[in-house]
Amino acid sequence: MEEVIFRMENIRKEFPGVVALDDVNLNVYDSKIMALLGENGAGKSTLMKVMTGVYKRTQGHMYYKGKAVDYKHPKESQEDGIAIIHQELNLINELSIAENIFLGREFKNVFGKIKWAKMYEESRILLDQLGMTEDPKTLVGQLTIGKQQLVEIAKALSLDAKLIVLDEPTDALTDTETESLFTVMKNLRAQGKSMVYISHRLKEIFEICDDVTILRDGKFIAEEKVENIDEDRMIELMVGRKLEEQFPKVNHKSGNIVFEAKNLNNKYLENVSFNVKAGEILGISGLMGAGRTELAKSIYGSYKINQGEISLDGEKRVINSPKDAIKNKIAYVSEDRKKDGLILDLSVKKNIHISALDTIRRKFGYLDVKKEATEAKSYIESMSIKTPSIHQKTKNLSGGNQQKVAIAKALITNPKLLILDEPTRGVDVGAKKEIYELINKYKKKGMSIIMISSEIPEILGMSDRILVMHEGKVSGELSIEEATQEKIMALAVGIKGDAND
Amino acid sequence: MQMTKSNKEFLIKYKSVIGLVVFSLIIAIFNDRFLTIGNILNVLRQTSINSVIAAGMTFIILTGGIDLSVGSTLALTGAIMASLLSSGVPLIIAVLLTILLGAFIGFLNGVVIAKGKVQPFIATLAMMTIIRGATLIFTNGRPISTGDFPAADQFYWLGSGKVFGIPAPIYVTVLIFALAYYLLKHTSLGRYVYALGGNEEATKLSGINVDLIKYKVYAISGALAAVAGLIVTARLSSAQPQAGSGYELDAIAAVVLGGTSLAGGKGGVIGTIIGALIIGILNNALNLMDVTSYYQLLAKGVVILIAVLIDRDFD
Repeated sequence: MEEVIFRMENIRKEFPGVVALDDVNLNVYDSKIMALLGENGAGKSTLMKVMTGVYKRTQGHMYYKGKAVDYKHPKESQEDGIAIIHQELNLINELSIAENIFLGREFKNVFGKIKWAKMYEESRILLDQLGMTEDPKTLVGQLTIGKQQLVEIAKALSLDAKLIVLDEPTDALTDTETESLFTVMKNLRAQGKSMVYISHRLKEIFEICDDVTILRDGKFIAEEKVENIDEDRMIELMVGRKLEEQFPKVNHKSGNIVFEAKNLNNKYLENVSFNVKAGEILGISGLMGAGRTELAKSIYGSYKINQGEISLDGEKRVINSPKDAIKNKIAYVSEDRKKDGLILDLSVKKNIHISALDTIRRKFGYLDVKKEATEAKSYIESMSIKTPSIHQKTKNLSGGNQQKVAIAKALITNPKLLILDEPTRGVDVGAKKEIYELINKYKKKGMSIIMISSEIPEILGMSDRILVMHEGKVSGELSIEEATQEKIMALAVGIKGDAND
Repeated sequence: MQMTKSNKEFLIKYKSVIGLVVFSLIIAIFNDRFLTIGNILNVLRQTSINSVIAAGMTFIILTGGIDLSVGSTLALTGAIMASLLSSGVPLIIAVLLTILLGAFIGFLNGVVIAKGKVQPFIATLAMMTIIRGATLIFTNGRPISTGDFPAADQFYWLGSGKVFGIPAPIYVTVLIFALAYYLLKHTSLGRYVYALGGNEEATKLSGINVDLIKYKVYAISGALAAVAGLIVTARLSSAQPQAGSGYELDAIAAVVLGGTSLAGGKGGVIGTIIGALIIGILNNALNLMDVTSYYQLLAKGVVILIAVLIDRDFD
């Protein structure tokens, strides 16, 4: 029988007007990794905040090592050896690794002078444990996100954490970084640490977790051994319905070439040529840093093109800014909707219209807000954006609905070419399908669509044709019939396909 | 006491108005001269200069910027106006030229900030010093009289004239705030100002010419500083080389008191009126109570600090 190290029983958490958690149970087993799974808004983060004492629970009991606990402040749970690593890392870029690990707990002599040698020595031991070869004097800002995460873990270890909560740690990681994180997690498990692992990526759960707890709409749905459950069942439990087909592929005959890029060259790109036809989805695959987003932003006028040609409907176009791009009927939905896509403090309505105010401008610059509201409402309806009203600030919407607003904002400019950069990143399973259906709807209407994605199943499931990039170059093009996961990966890592290719 | 949700929302929405009213009532209890029509008009007239500058500052702060050069711009434009009038330039032309000059100074700020990628604080700090220097060179450090042409008499009316018993600067202020409100609330410029303050990168990627927005808001701020310069010069019938020193800080205080976030993207011009009035009433009340000017500064600083702290708690 496995020993439960942390038990949460019948947890209820109410916020004014909302029940965020209702009768939720969670068991964390000794020296095991528990996956915590659920759609956005299912209550995963809230549950972790209740566990660590950030929030006070309304009802329920918590036991740590068999004793009832009642943390009122995260500091108390920290002292008990519970560490949480948030998605947004709490590190200071301008300080070194060692300074970050021991921030606020520096080793000092009686005069208050920091004992640097000891700090570096202790940091070295922690970094070695995690397989990090970096000098503890390295500034955290110079590390990759993956390494920064390891520094957070080092910090947790320095606090002698017994239980570590990782909140969607792999979202920003490359595949190799993810692999090394998993190695670290496995080592920690072998050393007797327990972990709670929150992720959207079901595949990772099979790879790294022992058990899984599934939440939906703030309720406890199931706890299962990972070996006793398959992916379809997990999705079903998460969304509460069967997802017959994750990718609702639409077969639609592509038309003439609408967009063409010839020999694009700039800081990020090398001789990139391709075209997109009417009613076609061109999937662009590649590893992180392959230049996919840079390609999109170069077409969109955000990065300067030094050499090469862009043409639309057979006519050469010069695009020097996003403004030019929109005028030429090219729209771009960024991979980072919070940073590059939306203005979170503005309402849904104002975000949808921000690129198309010309269409509602009347005499004396007066904006026709009635027409604006009607149009915004029609988008909200046709895209089933869940928002209490058009006046709601976009920051209060869930990830999936924010993404739909970002897409609506592009669609309202009436583009011929729509570039979608990671359109389902950070979006839960249910909303993903809705976004796929939406993309297909506009494909059927004859729009040319470029879809950049890091998820190969998504590329395979949605595209009509696939372009693979590697180090700023197009490393290959695959028709959907010939494309397989293996062929895409081979091109993405720069291995040439067939010799005659 | 349990507050209902709508009551609470009402309180938060109108907190600055409520603050202003409560503040005025307290003063009225202690001083019976405060709530006389004469005194109220006096406060409004005195507030008009800061209000006009603060209206422009609201645009800037909403974009996430700051403009420290407005006080100097007030002085230079005032001096130019006075010398134009004293050399016989017709009133309308002189007024237009002066406002244009103010707008141009602001535009230069915008260019340095947008094209030169200089922090607004630094860019306008430099401009503040440059323009003050230019003013001292132009005036030789001495006041410039508006002269004896008939235009100067007409101009004097702008500072001290009355219509229906209400001082002319109050009309100017109301007009400017109506315009500013319209621009921010009902035009695409206003929309872009909030967008830019909320998220510059996203605004750029939405196909908006962010540089152009910056030129416009700094030009608006400069133009309104010039309008304030006109009022000050008209009232005294002369331009002082040291006019407007420190006015930028009063304007920033009014904007912040009015609930506009220094980070940009949140707030508006209605709040700025309230903010300017709170500062104006405070000055007036302290005068009525015969508090010396040294203590006035101290009191003003404390009130601003308290108001901003209360404001923060509401969020």
